[in-house]
Amino acid sequence: MNRRSFRDDLAFGWPRLDAPTAKEIASRLSQSRREFLRTTAGLALGAGLGRSSPFLRGEAIRKKRKTIVVTFGGGARDQETFAPEGQENIPHLINELAPQSSFFTHVTNQGILGHYVATASLTTGVYETLNNFAAVPPEHPTVFEYFRKDLRRPASDTWVVAPSNGFNRIGESDSRAYGPGTGAAVILPKHLLSATASGATEDLDHLLRDNYETPFYTPQIGGGEFELQQLVSILRLSVADFMAHARTLSSPDELSVYIAKRLMQQEAPSLLWITMHDIDVAHSGAFSLYVEGIRRTDRLCAELWKTVQSEPEYAGNTTMFILPDFGRDSDFEPGGNGFQHHRTGDAASRTTWMMALGAGVRPGVVFDDPLQSVDLVPTLGAMLGFTPAESKGRPIKEFM
Amino acid sequence: MQPSELQAEQFSGYPPEAKRVVLAHLEALRELPLIFIPSLLREVIDYDFKFPAERSAIDGELALLSNSSQAQRHDRFQAFERLSISENLEQSDWINQPAQFTERLSAYLWSTHQLDAFRAAATEYGARLQSEMPSDPLPTRRLGIAVIGQGVTSFDGRLFKNLREHGTYFNQIKPERGLDLLLEGVAARSKAYPVPYGHWYVEGGQQSSHSSLLTCISYKSLEPTREALLRNVRTEIEKPGMGPEELRTHLARLTPSDLGMNPGGNPVLDRFQLKVLTEGSGTQIFSTTFAQWTAREVLRRAQALTLLVRFAPRQRQRPMNELLSSSQGDSEVDPLGSLIDADMASYYHWINQQRLTGYDRSAFLVWFEGHNEALVVAPNLPRGTTSNSAFDLGQLLLLATS
Repeated sequence: MNRRSFRDDLAFGWPRLDAPTAKEIASRLSQSRREFLRTTAGLALGAGLGRSSPFLRGEAIRKKRKTIVVTFGGGARDQETFAPEGQENIPHLINELAPQSSFFTHVTNQGILGHYVATASLTTGVYETLNNFAAVPPEHPTVFEYFRKDLRRPASDTWVVAPSNGFNRIGESDSRAYGPGTGAAVILPKHLLSATASGATEDLDHLLRDNYETPFYTPQIGGGEFELQQLVSILRLSVADFMAHARTLSSPDELSVYIAKRLMQQEAPSLLWITMHDIDVAHSGAFSLYVEGIRRTDRLCAELWKTVQSEPEYAGNTTMFILPDFGRDSDFEPGGNGFQHHRTGDAASRTTWMMALGAGVRPGVVFDDPLQSVDLVPTLGAMLGFTPAESKGRPIKEFM
Repeated sequence: MQPSELQAEQFSGYPPEAKRVVLAHLEALRELPLIFIPSLLREVIDYDFKFPAERSAIDGELALLSNSSQAQRHDRFQAFERLSISENLEQSDWINQPAQFTERLSAYLWSTHQLDAFRAAATEYGARLQSEMPSDPLPTRRLGIAVIGQGVTSFDGRLFKNLREHGTYFNQIKPERGLDLLLEGVAARSKAYPVPYGHWYVEGGQQSSHSSLLTCISYKSLEPTREALLRNVRTEIEKPGMGPEELRTHLARLTPSDLGMNPGGNPVLDRFQLKVLTEGSGTQIFSTTFAQWTAREVLRRAQALTLLVRFAPRQRQRPMNELLSSSQGDSEVDPLGSLIDADMASYYHWINQQRLTGYDRSAFLVWFEGHNEALVVAPNLPRGTTSNSAFDLGQLLLLATS
């Protein structure tokens, strides 16, 4: 979220340079990703392919279909990822996942660039305007509520694994037609860890940071969160085992992926949403830590995909989407400080990408058509057979 | 309240110089749109604690606005006037709390999807302002120096990646007495071209011996202030009703004396240091972030003619919760991570320097401390090339500035 005066921009104008427009920058980012994927990962351009749906249809197949959405709370810029100089940071995405995926090079987020509100917008298909730093539910129905109501699915069939206390209300909305009890349960692994390790967290504190944007503040949570006792009843995990495993992990996202895998093994939800957050350490201003976060996220995405292949409930029938919630400021945007924040609303901070892979996805194809991040929910609706009535996005035609 | 209703007595709470400036231009201020004026007052209210370059910019902007015709003013502000603001904002005390207004305005613009339009209006306004305000010629070319990698014995990676296309890479530099030679060179410039707050030495660790003509800020010397700030934050976040926005407002109101800064100190410099610590994200925790952000602010605000920044190893990453509650002393450091941080920071140093007047004549030097690698960007040196010349740092500095 931007909390600065525009006069910070004025003092640093670029009157001497021919600044490209936001549209031109977004287009260049998109082209850069496309060219890189074509030359390095050998992907084909999607525009030249036929439009017939790659997805299998039929109610029986829909019932077995699993969908996993992985979002990054904390975008990574092209120069640290898909641009040639950034490729060393994402070997798994480039070499393992991209060739199997349909890759969308140009996804725009026109909403508020705060991680909770942006992720909430991704789940509702509407650019939400809630307070990014308050534990409040989205105003509009979430994908989890549409999914459960329209398809008559039980609560156990959809879960959210989220990074911090601020995300604990993301599973269900304020909507009268849906609301409490009709959405997804939210697991906050760090909150679980904190509760588990109460009074003995000295060597685990490095996992408990709530939010890199407001590092001094951790919102209280209330209502709807996954309780400690459910570790045993749902995840079949003793507190001692949970703690022992946590002691082997180096980051909160590793803990999130561990919990997600456990959920896949024990509950096998059909719709699983995981939000990662390590990259957002960039807000501390330490470039090396930001790059380290990108490399870890790259590894964890591949690890999750391998789990999909090895779990009988998921192998062969799972579609996985990977997308950052938005980008980060350009080095040349006068109102920002480069990679550190996403405050300016410039093209680099609003433009990102999406990767889809797995069941029904045409592999090795790059699509350049501009998408909006709110298009994800209607796309999921079209794929899975529910109607996101209040979503403002449009289903992505390549999936139709 | 609308700007047209402004009265002189409403500025009685402003510091003396700020009040004088406002009253001299009150008539022009009454003509400005409400969505714009608090961001101008936000600068003016701190006039007494501004650097000379900032005062000059405020004076110039206000003079320009005062001398504009009604048609010119309309033309200048029409993009702002097309935007809406809330009644709550209109009714807030934007005269005495302009910073709070602009923070709330920012949130409002995001939530009403007007941010991009506001940004476009601001960019246009700023570009026009810069084109209309005369700038004095610099007494000499601007010089930036970054010293990175303190404490790193060897590094296999490729340094200065982002800067190589802009300058000459030197791989046979003689490192002996390198920092001393650079500081001597900077001191000579400050003596030859005496400009208030024109020549700076920003140190990410413990400051080295340097000329008293340099304005110096160091991470180490601010340790008591940083600790006082973290104690202050801890106390605040335990108060009922405290949230991120409230905490930010609280930090914006802190004064140097609240954090025990030297009462007899330099009020301009003390305010600057306070703002580096309260407005810069991560500056309280990581010395590399402190040095990078300070350099950015020195260039943006003081428009330094000379700026030498030396990076020191930052602490190894530890959770902020632990850092906030820890009373332990120095922690383990991360020299290699700090080198990577500083390498990127030196690129930002150069970018920020290029945003200032005289950019086409400016020089920039970055050196891997204690090693034989350096890079110079200067109008007289070729770009994207490598030199095997065996210069010491004094010779390299001369080459950059001659």
